[in-house]
Amino acid sequence: MAHPRILYCHCQYAQVLPKEVKEEVLKKLCASGVDFEAVADLCELSARRDPLLKELSEGGPLKIAACFPRAVKWLFAAAGAPLDASNTQVTNLRVEHVEPAFAALLDPSLSPNLPAVATTTPSHVAH
Amino acid sequence: MSLTESTLRVALYEGPGTRALSQETRFETLKQLLSQGCSVRRAADPGDVSVWIGDWAGDFEEQGEAAAHTCISVAPEHLPEAVEASRKSVAAAPAGQWKPWFPVIDYDRCTNCMQCLSFCLFGVYGVDGDRKLQVQNQDNCKTNCPACSRVCPEAAILFPKYKAGPINGDVVSDADLQREKMKVDISALLGGDVYSLLRERTAKAQSRFSKERDADKALAERQKCLTKLAALSADIPPEVLASLPSPDEIARRAAEAAAKAQAALAPKD
Repeated sequence: MAHPRILYCHCQYAQVLPKEVKEEVLKKLCASGVDFEAVADLCELSARRDPLLKELSEGGPLKIAACFPRAVKWLFAAAGAPLDASNTQVTNLRVEHVEPAFAALLDPSLSPNLPAVATTTPSHVAH
Repeated sequence: MSLTESTLRVALYEGPGTRALSQETRFETLKQLLSQGCSVRRAADPGDVSVWIGDWAGDFEEQGEAAAHTCISVAPEHLPEAVEASRKSVAAAPAGQWKPWFPVIDYDRCTNCMQCLSFCLFGVYGVDGDRKLQVQNQDNCKTNCPACSRVCPEAAILFPKYKAGPINGDVVSDADLQREKMKVDISALLGGDVYSLLRERTAKAQSRFSKERDADKALAERQKCLTKLAALSADIPPEVLASLPSPDEIARRAAEAAAKAQAALAPKD
């Protein structure tokens, strides 16, 4: 089975990802020899509706190192490149430590974790 | 600001015809490319990426497969300039020419209530042909201002670069929803027009400060007051408050936004 593709976001234009975490994860990716895509800032690609997002969302199993899964899901959707919830795993570099984050990326198995439905019930569903 | 161009896509190539990069060089090159706003494929097969970056051996870059691509050396003294030249030649987006602050809608939560559209004076929101809410003018958004997401009763508006949840995309808890509802209720109690209230308070403060003789004291007091006001008004940055338009202009824009929201909510023919 092929390893899921890996997308790494460097969050270049804000300080929301801890610098030591994102740089260590990038360093480890560089040292590992695995194939991966790195983008300066996923938010920019979403704002620009960059075709790379569509290519990634339509290309099968995908592991993403970025921020909160809910944010990643809707950034892709906003770019007209909705992610396949059953084929996507997001590692949140805002909260994860380096070792577990890197291990999750390198693990060949995929644990989908995009929010498939609202995590609390919106009022239009509740009433 | 045009957001029609894509980012410059490059491949960090270490295949035949190149010398393998040290881990340090690979990492530093990648960091350099990312700081220049590039999207980088690090893979044995660069696929259809047209700009290849590597430590070229001999004249490989001038023959075979590499000849069909733009080949750039990893040498740090050449890399930044060569990347910029490539960016221009393929008309890719210039680095940093975009605003990293804009709302993203969580359509799992959005009820299409149009509160955000009514609230935003800067025309960020609109509706599509099916009258579904969408972000239409993200460049109009005021940097670091998450006020519309505070107004949303369903916590459906994200700003991925915001410091705290659920606005940053973190999971929405029931407590978050209660807080959001409370804020909407508060704005209703204040007459439903948050902007008028803010403008009024700013005008009062300005009038008071204009009478102050000690300029430094007045400035300190003004800053303290704006900080308080910003805290009271859902994280709206002081510079946004200070730049609010005249009361007449606020009224005009608010009416325009309300009309757009009303039209979107009106029954279809």
